[in-house]
Amino acid sequence: MSLGTINIVGAGILGLWQAYTLSKAGFFIRLFERSDEPFQTASSRLAGAMLAPYCESEASQKDFIPFAERSMVLWQDSPFEISQNGTLVVAPQRDKAELTAFAKRTISHRLIQSDEIAELEPDLKGQFQQALYFEGEGHLAPRPLMAKMLAQIQKAGAEIQFGWDAELPEADVTIDTSGMAAAKRLQKLQRNLRPVRGEMAVVRLEEVQLKRPVRMLHPRMPCYIVPWPDHHYMIGATVIESDDSGPVSVRAGLELLGAAYTVHPAFGEAKIIELNAGVRPSLSDNLPKVIVDEGTIYVNGAFRHGFLMAPLLAQIVADYVKGGQEIEDYFQ
Amino acid sequence: MTIETPDKQQSSRFQLYDTNLHSRLILGSALYPSPDSLSGAVKASGAEIVTISLRRETAGRSAAKDFWQHIQKLGVKLLPNTAGCRTAKEAITTAQMARELFGTSWVKLEVIANDDTLQPDLFGLVEATKELSEQGFQVFPYTTEDLGAAEKLLTAGAEVLMPWGAPIGTGRGLMNPYALKTMRSYFPDTALIVDAGIGAPSHAAQAMEMGYDAILLNTAVAKAGDPVAMARAFKLAVEAGHLAFQALMIEERDMASPSTPVAGTPFFDLEKLD
Repeated sequence: MSLGTINIVGAGILGLWQAYTLSKAGFFIRLFERSDEPFQTASSRLAGAMLAPYCESEASQKDFIPFAERSMVLWQDSPFEISQNGTLVVAPQRDKAELTAFAKRTISHRLIQSDEIAELEPDLKGQFQQALYFEGEGHLAPRPLMAKMLAQIQKAGAEIQFGWDAELPEADVTIDTSGMAAAKRLQKLQRNLRPVRGEMAVVRLEEVQLKRPVRMLHPRMPCYIVPWPDHHYMIGATVIESDDSGPVSVRAGLELLGAAYTVHPAFGEAKIIELNAGVRPSLSDNLPKVIVDEGTIYVNGAFRHGFLMAPLLAQIVADYVKGGQEIEDYFQ
Repeated sequence: MTIETPDKQQSSRFQLYDTNLHSRLILGSALYPSPDSLSGAVKASGAEIVTISLRRETAGRSAAKDFWQHIQKLGVKLLPNTAGCRTAKEAITTAQMARELFGTSWVKLEVIANDDTLQPDLFGLVEATKELSEQGFQVFPYTTEDLGAAEKLLTAGAEVLMPWGAPIGTGRGLMNPYALKTMRSYFPDTALIVDAGIGAPSHAAQAMEMGYDAILLNTAVAKAGDPVAMARAFKLAVEAGHLAFQALMIEERDMASPSTPVAGTPFFDLEKLD
């Protein structure tokens, strides 16, 4: 028997994890998505989808790590396959001070030399003298994973509605994970949701085979390259305070593709599959929040941390809805 | 006996163009981990002026309005900059957009010559300063310690000069203290601000001890492990340096000079007498 009916608005990574966790907990789930096709407008489809609690702590408060670690465990315990090959952080020789600075601001890494870099990533042999290796991190390919989650949720008996722009039907609880679409409603709750533009590229390259995300530090244009299935690489991402979700600028394109070329010159021969831009829904501390307003629970503001934090955010909401467990201060 | 404490606020007050200010620390608003950490740092620094950059590619739109509103809410005076502009023309266009958007005629003028050193293009800088001053802007040119260029900038209409300490973002401190000292003595009545290259609070204190009017920095606070604590460290360093300048520091000497006179001290060198 169902514990109750829950409406979930938004089928990005936050909404999918909510639907998955709550249907597993015994609720009847109705998932509503504005776009006609899955993931058309979700920021998540453009995500780097790195599960990197330690690298990401460089730009977050230190207390971010234990929460991110808890969320990592939920990923590991889930039926969804993630790659756990760690992260490699490199810097061009002339910017090697960036590597020292990054090491100082993060934990759970070790400095490795060119021979070990070559062992981990044979194709990067001779490219970098030193790197930081974050062994406990992982990554995934967002689009196939989201499709798998959607199928799983459907199999569990959830109702899924695409192209939805009508009133929501009655439910015991509504969970709103609609990102920037919720900005006006959050404004009324004194939460200022702002868009942060990100630009990314997808290229195809057979010559280089990377097993893990490579982050390249640079004073102006830090970037990362994430291996996706079928010889694809995702190259990301700019971070610009802007509500512009329009096409990628030439400058950003040059910088992203140029950075990949710096990681390995073979990227010069890669084929550009996609250049894309979107906005990340972000709150003033750039950390995700769970905001309860009567019958509606807003899960929003994931900024760069949607994939990393989605499982924990779902767990927190499930504990609240099911057992009345208080939402931890950190997420309020 | 009464000890005279100078009215702190009175003695540290200074002017940039027609604006009276107390805080001698100007903060940049880029590179912070989040808007909250930016607000925290601005508050902790006591800064009354915050620079803000306008990316040309998004300037025409509502673009970064959320971020800008966030800064405006801090109640500070905005100093829009022309960061990343490579020609005088680009910088002039950006300055005009900034005036319209932010309603201020202040502009921190950057015309960059080279992407690797981010050093100012002095020729473009003088050209843009002249044009913008004629259009009624109050220009804060980011320049080097070159005295010839500095004179041309003043002739072109600038009333404030902002020489670099070191290239932007390097955090190397004052690379040429001799030239910065010379510049201070050469322009005793011009408002001079050390802009760029500051890494440690001691660098900021060093420039203030030389008599610079203020310090402008961004990376040193934004990229610190704890930006809010670092902002406070810089506030204290800038105050300490300025106070030291006002208090007239002693001159360096070659020979030791005892702080306690030894001649006539009873039992002086007693051991030797034994």
